Amino acid sequence: MFSGFPLFPDQASTMAGEVDALYFFLIAITLFFSVLIAGLIVYFAIRYRRRSEVELPEPITGSTKLEALWTVIPFLIVMIIFGWGAKIFFTLSRPPSDAMPIYVTGKQWMWKLQHLEGQREINELHIPVGRAVKLVMSSEDVIHSFYVPAFRVKADVLPGRYTHLWFKATQPGEYHLFCAEYCGTKHSGMIGKVVVMEPADFQAWLSGGPPAESMTARGQRLFQSLACHTCHKSDGTGRGPVLNGVFGKPVALQTGQTAIADDNYLRESILNPGAKVVAGYQPVMPVFQGLINEDALSQILAYLKSLAPQPAVQPGATAVQPAVPPATTQQRRNP
Amino acid sequence: MNSTAHPSTLAHHFDTLEQQRESASLGMWVFLGQEVMFFGGLFLAYLVYRASYPAVFAEASHHLDVVLGGVNTAILIASSLTMALAVYGAQTGKRNMLILFLVATMILGLAFLGIKAVEYHHKYEDKLIPGLGFSYPGPHGRQAQLFFGLYFAMTGMHALHMVIGIALLVWLIKDARTGRFTPDYHSHIENFGLYWHFVDIVWIFLFPLLYLIGLH
Amino acid sequence: MSIFVAPSIPVETQEHYLNNDYGIRSWLLTRDHKRIALLYLASITLFFFLGGFFAVLIRLELLTPQGDMVQAETYNKLFTMHGVIMIFFFLIPSIPATLGNFLVPLMVGAKDLAFPRINLLSWYIYVVGGLFTLGAVLVGGVDTGWTFYTPYSTTYSNGYVIATGVGAFITGFSSILTGLNFIVTIHKMRAPGLTWFRLPLFIWAQYAASIIMILGTPVIAITLVLLALERAFHIGIFDPAFGGDPVLFQHLFWFYSHPAVYIMVLPGMGVISELISCFARKYIFGYHFVAFSSLGIAVLGFLVWGHHLFVSGQSVYAGLIFSILSFLVAIPSAIKVFNWTATLYKGSISYQSPMLYAFGFVGLFTIGGLTGLFLASIGLDVHVHDTYFVVAHFHYIMVGGTLMAYLGGMHFWWPKMTGRMFPEGWAKFSALVVFVGFNLTFLPQFILGYLGMPRRYHAYPEEFQVLNVMSSAGASILGVGYVIPMIYFIWSLKYGALASPNPWGATGLEWRTPSPPPPENFKEIPVVNEGPYEYSIREIKVV
Repeated sequence: MFSGFPLFPDQASTMAGEVDALYFFLIAITLFFSVLIAGLIVYFAIRYRRRSEVELPEPITGSTKLEALWTVIPFLIVMIIFGWGAKIFFTLSRPPSDAMPIYVTGKQWMWKLQHLEGQREINELHIPVGRAVKLVMSSEDVIHSFYVPAFRVKADVLPGRYTHLWFKATQPGEYHLFCAEYCGTKHSGMIGKVVVMEPADFQAWLSGGPPAESMTARGQRLFQSLACHTCHKSDGTGRGPVLNGVFGKPVALQTGQTAIADDNYLRESILNPGAKVVAGYQPVMPVFQGLINEDALSQILAYLKSLAPQPAVQPGATAVQPAVPPATTQQRRNP
Repeated sequence: MNSTAHPSTLAHHFDTLEQQRESASLGMWVFLGQEVMFFGGLFLAYLVYRASYPAVFAEASHHLDVVLGGVNTAILIASSLTMALAVYGAQTGKRNMLILFLVATMILGLAFLGIKAVEYHHKYEDKLIPGLGFSYPGPHGRQAQLFFGLYFAMTGMHALHMVIGIALLVWLIKDARTGRFTPDYHSHIENFGLYWHFVDIVWIFLFPLLYLIGLH
Repeated sequence: MSIFVAPSIPVETQEHYLNNDYGIRSWLLTRDHKRIALLYLASITLFFFLGGFFAVLIRLELLTPQGDMVQAETYNKLFTMHGVIMIFFFLIPSIPATLGNFLVPLMVGAKDLAFPRINLLSWYIYVVGGLFTLGAVLVGGVDTGWTFYTPYSTTYSNGYVIATGVGAFITGFSSILTGLNFIVTIHKMRAPGLTWFRLPLFIWAQYAASIIMILGTPVIAITLVLLALERAFHIGIFDPAFGGDPVLFQHLFWFYSHPAVYIMVLPGMGVISELISCFARKYIFGYHFVAFSSLGIAVLGFLVWGHHLFVSGQSVYAGLIFSILSFLVAIPSAIKVFNWTATLYKGSISYQSPMLYAFGFVGLFTIGGLTGLFLASIGLDVHVHDTYFVVAHFHYIMVGGTLMAYLGGMHFWWPKMTGRMFPEGWAKFSALVVFVGFNLTFLPQFILGYLGMPRRYHAYPEEFQVLNVMSSAGASILGVGYVIPMIYFIWSLKYGALASPNPWGATGLEWRTPSPPPPENFKEIPVVNEGPYEYSIREIKVV
């Protein structure tokens, strides 16, 4: 399917058809107005060609009615296009809550992808058809951009921040993955493919190959080895706030403002803890900037997201336990 | 056709002295509009990061010398007064007053730069110049470096404009001494005055933004 | 009814601005806006062909899917230098610094611009900036893309980023001084009776573009300063490890670089108004609307920069605001296209070469502008951002638009500037070659972009090759279309027929003085008592 002379990309995601519909509408508008203008120019140029050097043309200066017409009609047309594009964008920006997360790290000049179950891929992404997938992405160096034309999705991948994109593949096959933000020498080599498989084949792929430690297990080990657990105790007796169930919840800050504990909040709290201090706690957390790479960071994040809220705390409780044993975490196979 | 119909101070492409004067003035205003956008970019970057890291910016700001900054503010405001008096001297044909106050403006400008040099030297000794062995006491060194980078960019750009202004003052003083400026022809003085006041106003914004954060 | 009568003194013995003084000092120390315009013409033409040379190499490499002609790093330098040179050293100065400098005083009935020495200074600044950048190219070039995105440009690139940035910074002041000169001239130096709504639309367009030059260019200047400081001293302003934000650079950069495209296209639109009114021999339909559209584009153009950041991680709501504003800025351009077309209705149309370029402009700008709507639709832009769709869009506007207008204007005012006519047959032929070559080069790129071929790719998947070959073939034809006018324009300087004051029978004060004009432009300052484009009021004879 990569050969031949295609003139149109595959439609391989739920959004592809919607994006294409808007595209065709715009093609129609473009064709209509281009042909109209070109046609009028050609027609007028011939019909009103100069027949004599002394002819005086009509003293027409303008028509407010026409001006109003060709201001209002284009305005209405572009507002329709705006609304349509906005609607598509809202959908593209809002991953379904049951989307399967994949953690992506871009670096010069390759894509590293981690499945929650632990499989790691380089420049390839295997996913099941018919399942919403959400990518949580960051860069180790410069700005890249994750682009799958067949899915009509793209998002820049930034250093220092997580960005997201989501899609649901509708058709098994192999599709181009491109880096779409110039990133240096081998920018055009930072390509790969997304392999969409039938669910059964995907399961087989997941369990084939060497056994992999899940991201949450890795994250838990890091949580211990970096001594996070010494302050962030689940019983609330530690010097740091309780992290069980923190993901996605509002957090009251020292400044009186409230932040939502999303991917970027958690990331910043690890790399630059002084930026947002939780109300009632001291700013004593060490700075981990430069001490954790992107892979490890995403594993810790996956682990934190897996921590369901604990029941009411008891004094003297033991160190933090994950809510669900790691080997079976995140096996959300519910369709 | 007598000489007043085309005075020697009227450039050949203008029709009247009034047109020439108005053109010069409009030109300077347009140029200052451009300068606002130039400094505006710096101010924008500063505001973005100050909003992101208010506590660190306040803390870093306390390393600046408010006294020296305050004295400099007074000096610049005084220099705008002397510049306005110089313009008055030109408008009323008082050549000595014009020269006196141009010189006073220049001296005040040089004093400002001298104090700035002292401040920069202190920062160098305290290792607070990014790129020249920056080392900040405390855990917030990284964002503090942002503050100081912007501090030097903004005050440095301002100081550069002061240097250009002083160079222009030298030239204007030289010309004033030849009697070139009269009540009918002193656009250079007036328009330079506009430039000088603008540079002063930029400092009036810089000083509180950089030096006076969170001061009680 | 008055009829303009040609002067009776033979042209060869008239004193004009080209023969009133000789020698290199008379050119390098001139204060005459007309000579300065020619100085600019020579410099920007050199840069155009240099930028074009890089384009040739790019299109040659892209004939095959593999990156096999040059190394990847070299290719990255080629597209960077192509962009930097074409944008900063050709497109932005092109019409304002050549046609604008020559015509603005003539069209308003003045003897020169308000500040002739600053005009000359602006050329020297342009040359210094150009030499700096040329130097950066020669010692190794820069490979960041003309957009210099951080942190690649500040921390990772091995190219001469600061040198190139300094070159662009310096040249920016040339742009600022030109805009300043035009604004003051248009406000203060109009001839008696020449009220604002009697001004040619070329002047309105230059005025609007000058506002952008004044207000926008300083922002790119300070952005380049911050870029240089970051790269040299690592202050951290664009480095997330220090709390900086690399996307802040994008906001600062595009705050200028989007309005910059209107600096490039508005003067072109001004030229088109002059060409269409002359060769349809008609008052521009909706003159006031066209004039105000120029101002509208200038204002709205400052509000849309975020459409370059739709997928950058900026907030959804910011994206929506920029999207709706980007649609709004399309409206005044549409108004102009409709008005130009309506001008042809019941006109008296001739097909001389400037008019062919004008027709080409209107058609190609329409397509280019409409493809901008694709990019403004935020949901669709996600797919086509940073692909060849964008490349095709902006080349339709810049090359199909601005460059065609520039060529049309050069043909139209060549007799006025040089006193010579060019061979009309060859001019018509070149216009046609350019039109065909252009479309063959860039139409396939829309398809490539929607297929998903990203920009700035040295090598690409095989299935994109056919379209790339078509594009490169078109580029070779396009190149021919640009070389031919160079040849006959130079030829005409010695062998072209002598031009009369008004060879096209046009209105406008510049046609009421000999070709070439005397050094002071007019023997007597004209007094204006009629509006522009009064073709229907009286017979405008070719003299």
